[in-house]
Amino acid sequence: MFQKSPYIETFTRYFLGFWAVFTGFIFPLIIFLILFYESRLAIQKFGFLQFLTSTSWDPVRESFGALPMIAGTLISTFIAIIIAAPISIGIAIFITELAPSWLKGFVITCVELLAAIPSIIYGMWGFLILAEVMRNKVEPFLQTVLGPIPLIGKLFSGVPTGVDVLTTSLVLSIMIIPFMASVVKDAFNLVPSVMKESAYGLGATKWEVIKDVVIPYTASGIAGGLILSTGRALGETMAVAFLAGNVPQIPKSLLEPFTTITVALANQFTEADTPLYLSSLFYLSLFLFIISFIILILAKLMVLRLEKRWKK
Amino acid sequence: MRYYSKIKENVMFSFLLCFIFLFCFTLSQGWSLELTGAGATFPQPVLEAWAYQYYKETGIKINYQGIGSGGGIRQAKSRTVDFGASDKPLKSSELREYNLAQFPEIIGAVVITYNLPLHNKTLRLDGRAICDIYLGKIKNWNNPYLKKLNPDINLPDLPIIVVHRSEGSGTTWLFTTYLSKVCSEWKNKIGAEKSVNWPVGIGAKGNPGVTNYVKQTLGAIGYVEYTYAMENHLPIAILKNRSGNFVKPSVKTMKAAAFYAKWSIKKDFYADLTYQPGRDSYPITGASYILLIKDNPKTKEVTKFFKWAFENGDEIAKKLHYIPLPKNLKYLIYKYWKIQKVYPY
Repeated sequence: MFQKSPYIETFTRYFLGFWAVFTGFIFPLIIFLILFYESRLAIQKFGFLQFLTSTSWDPVRESFGALPMIAGTLISTFIAIIIAAPISIGIAIFITELAPSWLKGFVITCVELLAAIPSIIYGMWGFLILAEVMRNKVEPFLQTVLGPIPLIGKLFSGVPTGVDVLTTSLVLSIMIIPFMASVVKDAFNLVPSVMKESAYGLGATKWEVIKDVVIPYTASGIAGGLILSTGRALGETMAVAFLAGNVPQIPKSLLEPFTTITVALANQFTEADTPLYLSSLFYLSLFLFIISFIILILAKLMVLRLEKRWKK
Repeated sequence: MRYYSKIKENVMFSFLLCFIFLFCFTLSQGWSLELTGAGATFPQPVLEAWAYQYYKETGIKINYQGIGSGGGIRQAKSRTVDFGASDKPLKSSELREYNLAQFPEIIGAVVITYNLPLHNKTLRLDGRAICDIYLGKIKNWNNPYLKKLNPDINLPDLPIIVVHRSEGSGTTWLFTTYLSKVCSEWKNKIGAEKSVNWPVGIGAKGNPGVTNYVKQTLGAIGYVEYTYAMENHLPIAILKNRSGNFVKPSVKTMKAAAFYAKWSIKKDFYADLTYQPGRDSYPITGASYILLIKDNPKTKEVTKFFKWAFENGDEIAKKLHYIPLPKNLKYLIYKYWKIQKVYPY
């Protein structure tokens, strides 16, 4: 008697529909509008282009520009993904294709546990332990090996400090590996076994099956994993705050300190006491909002294109 | 039937208990007074220690949140707290605009810490040396100027790794105020603020971040709060003061700096304790300030608390490595309260 009531059904539909629309559309819109409203002072003062291209971040003279933070965010995210992508694809291949069944569950759990570690722990570990190793061992080694090579040597110039682009990207990549690996693994599991078996039947080796069947079939899944982790790396604050060195400059080498948008916000919000300073910080967060939006849209389009190509 | 009546009795009894409980609760709420404050993290330990003792003696609770000076100023202006605290004093015009009053409550200092193999000898620095190091002009520890300052130390051939605070902080404000005073190039190029556009170095988070990085890295130099450095037994550099003496930060040298500062009621105690004259004055000394909200009826309770702290809290403050205010300054503050009509009695 209860289930047949038409009111319940309509009510449920509207209720759930409301929440879906609210959280998916209205809520982000409200955030955008609030950020826009709060940053009005900075928008009036600096405009769009000047704020985007200016490299000075000087609270004393109240001249603010977002380029160093934007560059820092994009560079660290990009390098982290470059490091993390092959490793996570490797982990996924190992789990789905190579590992004996008794090891599978163990490896999956281990990788997933990596995702459960709070980011502040990564930050503290990176700052207290990894930074020291990087400064004393890894970075001098890289400098002696890669330093003499033209172009690439430039990337490793400067005094090794341990808190820089390289260490940050490394820790970021460790943080995003579990996300990427688990999405890619799920995608690999979806490859129909008929396809793999027929490839084996045609005399393909394991490597050829992975290279020619599994990876092309799951390209969109891999792209999905990349997107998910890009989102995480873009917004990561706590671990980066420990490791970035927090200097608003565009890093010219991998061993230079830098800062990202979220770190600049976290560091400066509490002490920003002039209206323009506060407003500029809001403007900065508006930029982050827009950047993550654009990146996610681009990534979504990429997935759609890949899916289409596969369907042909 | 008997069974039901028993339940009824129980229910009645529990209701009664609830009412009594609620009554007592509201009563206690009505009686006990609570004051909330927010602001700088630097005076937080001493404010909490004072508040604890004050609560034991009077039953008045004081909640202090160390959210940073900027937040303290903002919350005092918007009246969300009963008092604010800031390491950076406000100008009189700004105070008048928001109907606030301010006074210093404790004195502290910023010290220079370093990581060098000096074998129990102490590094000596002066304003120019610190300024040039933080401007990136002195890049190595064996720089001739540093050698001249430290004739008895064999300074190693090591690159200097400069460490500063990554987040906005009153410590940075004090440090850069000092640098702006002793070094015109710093004043013109960088200036004094709670976070500045650092020409060199890396930023570490909070006093613990700077300390840890300096401890780990050979050749690093950083600045931290005196209380923090004392509790962690860090090496502290001796600085040259305005009179040309090299002084160690201590209760005596900071008090000397506070003694020479020009405190004035007219300027709402807007004073600068850095680089004061005097044979013993430690050059990077500063005061932390309390912001009073003049139109808040609870403000007299706030001043009552601070009057109590000025009279009874010096020992607590010293134990935590803070420097209590000199006596003459305390009397000046009482006078200021009377003028501002916030004197407790």
